[in-house]
Amino acid sequence: MSQQAPVLDKKHFESDQQVRWCPGCGDYAILASMLKVFAEMGVDREKIAIVSGIGCAARFPYYVNTYGFHTIHGRAPAIATGLKIARPDLHVWVVGGDGDLLSIGGNHFLHALRRNVTIKILCFDNRIYGLTKGQTSPTSEVGKVTKTTPLGSLDRPVNPISLALASEATFVARTADTWGNHFREVMLAAAAHEGSAFVQILQNCVVFNEDSWEPVVGRDRREENALFLENGKPLRFGRNKDKGIRIRGSDPEVVTVGEGGVAEGDLAVHDEKDESLAYLLSRLEPPRFPMPVGIFRRVGGLVALEKGIASQREEATRKKGKGDVMKLIHSGELWTVKR
Amino acid sequence: MKQLEHRDRVVIRFAGDSGDGMQITGTQFTNTAALLGNDLATFPDYPAEIRAPAGTLPGVSGFQVHFASDDIFTPGDAPDVLIAMNPAALKVNLKDLPRNGILILDADEFNKRNLKMAGYESNPVEDGSLAGYRLFAVPLTSRTETALAAFDNLTVKEKRRCKNFYALGMAYWLFSRSMDSTVEALKQRFAKKPQYAEANTVAMKAGYAYCEASEEFQVRYEVPPAPTKPGTYRNIIGNEALAIGLVAAAGRAGVPLFYGSYPITPASDILQYLAGYKNFDVTTFQAEDEIAAVGSAIGASFGGAIGVTGSSGPGIALKGEAIGLAVMVELPLVIVNVQRAGPSTGMPTKTEQADLLQAVFGRNGESPVVVLAASTPSNCFPMAFEAVRIATKYMVPVILLSDGYLANGSEPWRLPEGIGDLPEVRIPFHTDPKDFKPYRRDAATLARAWVKPGTPGLEHRIGGLEKQDQTGNVSYDAANHQKMVQLRQEKVQRVVADVPDLKVHGPDRGKLLVIGWGSTFGAIHSAVRLAQADGLKVAQAHLHHLNPFPANLGEVLARYDRVLCPEMNTGQLRMLLRARYLVDVQGLNKIEGQPFRVREVLTRIQEMA
Ligand code: SF4
Repeated sequence: MSQQAPVLDKKHFESDQQVRWCPGCGDYAILASMLKVFAEMGVDREKIAIVSGIGCAARFPYYVNTYGFHTIHGRAPAIATGLKIARPDLHVWVVGGDGDLLSIGGNHFLHALRRNVTIKILCFDNRIYGLTKGQTSPTSEVGKVTKTTPLGSLDRPVNPISLALASEATFVARTADTWGNHFREVMLAAAAHEGSAFVQILQNCVVFNEDSWEPVVGRDRREENALFLENGKPLRFGRNKDKGIRIRGSDPEVVTVGEGGVAEGDLAVHDEKDESLAYLLSRLEPPRFPMPVGIFRRVGGLVALEKGIASQREEATRKKGKGDVMKLIHSGELWTVKR
Repeated sequence: MKQLEHRDRVVIRFAGDSGDGMQITGTQFTNTAALLGNDLATFPDYPAEIRAPAGTLPGVSGFQVHFASDDIFTPGDAPDVLIAMNPAALKVNLKDLPRNGILILDADEFNKRNLKMAGYESNPVEDGSLAGYRLFAVPLTSRTETALAAFDNLTVKEKRRCKNFYALGMAYWLFSRSMDSTVEALKQRFAKKPQYAEANTVAMKAGYAYCEASEEFQVRYEVPPAPTKPGTYRNIIGNEALAIGLVAAAGRAGVPLFYGSYPITPASDILQYLAGYKNFDVTTFQAEDEIAAVGSAIGASFGGAIGVTGSSGPGIALKGEAIGLAVMVELPLVIVNVQRAGPSTGMPTKTEQADLLQAVFGRNGESPVVVLAASTPSNCFPMAFEAVRIATKYMVPVILLSDGYLANGSEPWRLPEGIGDLPEVRIPFHTDPKDFKPYRRDAATLARAWVKPGTPGLEHRIGGLEKQDQTGNVSYDAANHQKMVQLRQEKVQRVVADVPDLKVHGPDRGKLLVIGWGSTFGAIHSAVRLAQADGLKVAQAHLHHLNPFPANLGEVLARYDRVLCPEMNTGQLRMLLRARYLVDVQGLNKIEGQPFRVREVLTRIQEMA
């Protein structure tokens, strides 16, 4: 970020296009918060590129006055990877839904993350196909009745956080569409991360899967059902912050501090660098457990792909000298035919 | 006293197990012929398996070199000399050797086990079945071992592995060649293991000396240099020429090259060559799949690099949707298809040119792209250069067709001497915010402006949804869609301004025109020349631009009574020509995974002319 960060506001990042999501869609809240995040990043808009796939979420770039590329279904992480490698100076964000990123684009999702290329992948996860009008998605629950699963879905859902962790992502987080402040903090952290970052956004599709996340996201429910992760802090939750997660061996359990001899010191402490803890946390979900939200994993200090590529190019140039096309053509065993 | 006979042209084929080093043997022989000034063409024939079990028929690998004292255009229909390192190699290749051809065999390998594996009931070396050939059954393996007796630092196995160089030494003697360049090449190749370089050199010299001393070999041959055009030459295979062409064009433009690809036979070499050119501002990216490969290239193009992806037919099928995206967002993109025999996985190591219709039409919707095709290994250089130039000038995807035969085949390449010999590639990135509209077009080319993200004041969004003319905003307007479809079509059509008129070799009107595209050039050209020498009124035209066609193509076709189109497919160009020009083009269609022989084309010409 430049030293004299320009003072930017949200308006600066609004495009002139009419927003066309369904009234009440969680995407509106995401857009509003992201405009603020962009403004806060202190990077001017020409330096930001948003790449999206296909789906409701993927309309996002049209509404932001940066460079934007609405591509094809599932491929945004691959296209963004090419862009970031070619242009390490740009801030590249990827936007897609659960179907886009985890179903048709599952392979690119995995590889973009394991390569540790500095792109921020935002998954607007509403556990349904919205744009195609209500079919089961890779994050839909077993038994879910949709137009394509009239007797209930048989597929077991994928857990995006577990998948991102297994894909070697160096930044993995979860937040929710309407959580203004939490959302903002997570996104600013993602923005500052060098390497690939993944954020699952619990998003409400009011038309085809209303209130799917309500037990976790809802105003009255979140304190009981969401566990807000803070690095170095014990895993506590509950209206009175009296509940917590204790880990015995590798088994997590919900305990209440002060009950049954449980002391604060017995609770597990969050560590963003601890891979196994992150994975264990990713498996927790209601009703047995609260759902952890915030940053599961953040590991710095690994060379980002675009930097590695650039330094190999520089190294090759230092060793061999700047490439001379005519010399390349005139290499190998030559012979001359005289006039 | 040995006899020295003069030959204008010779075809030699080295054949053995895939572990016998036939490719390197053939390459060395080729380089020596090139340095001597022969015109030449080569054809390596790899087995499909990496290392099929030793001694089996599927494990046979071959390398054919055609070298001559005049200009030649194909690796030759049939070998004059066959060197077969084991019974399987003999079995696979003998059918191609004409009667009285020279046949050199490794007698040591004709043992019970190998004969059985190759399906021989009795030993052909002894049963008289090879009587019609000039047979030299030499115990190559044991002679190599003997020659390397002094090498204490090599195992018996390592010594035996030098037998291909023993055979190469014999070939050098037979054709009066110097061994110097091979000695030098061995030193370089085995810089870290000098004992290997030395052992192979000793084996080669022993093979040479054996022929010199043996009573068996009475005649040796001489093929003088060809009177080629003055200039500097190197021998080049198609894939390398293609890679260098991409680098040269990007270098000429002063814009970084990005190559996103996924390993696939026979295109992987291009990725490997380019990975070695990092100091040319080249970035290579081995993607997770074919779709990501083209996707990354499109992303790079969006970022202002020259995005290129390469594959073979199956991979191109996977890239179809993304190519359509590039059509829609009007970004430059080069897609290289090194064709192989299909459909599906088909025969990956065999050649074919059956992806022409895929290139022209193989996407959803009205999705026009420019299609080019290289005709010879060295022609891959200018065609790759041209692909980049057109893609960036017109902001359009360009598909460049090569094939397995060009990819691995080689020929002498007369090199451009100075950078000025290469066409200019000018890429003016747009930076002026005044009245900017993402889909405003150049009046002549209809290209929209190429804007690099990072340019202040020009922030804009592009995408695969239909867009309004000029503004690029999403639009479902009926009349606008028709207009945009036609604009994208018209833009590709305007590339014709950059397509040279089709030239005809031979009479400019008359009885028969033979028209082709791609790697059939050599066979067609040789056949047409032979027919012309016989007094037949036949002409040849060869297309390098398949979409759009050269402006004068229809008029050229109309000047001949009959038109013949030889293709390694069931008639794809023929279909396009018939549809477009209403000319009753006749086909000659070979779909065997092998290139045309000159004779096959010639016979058809004789029937038609
Ligand atoms: S269908 Fe659902 S996700 Fe899509 S815009 Fe409407 S509410 Fe939002």
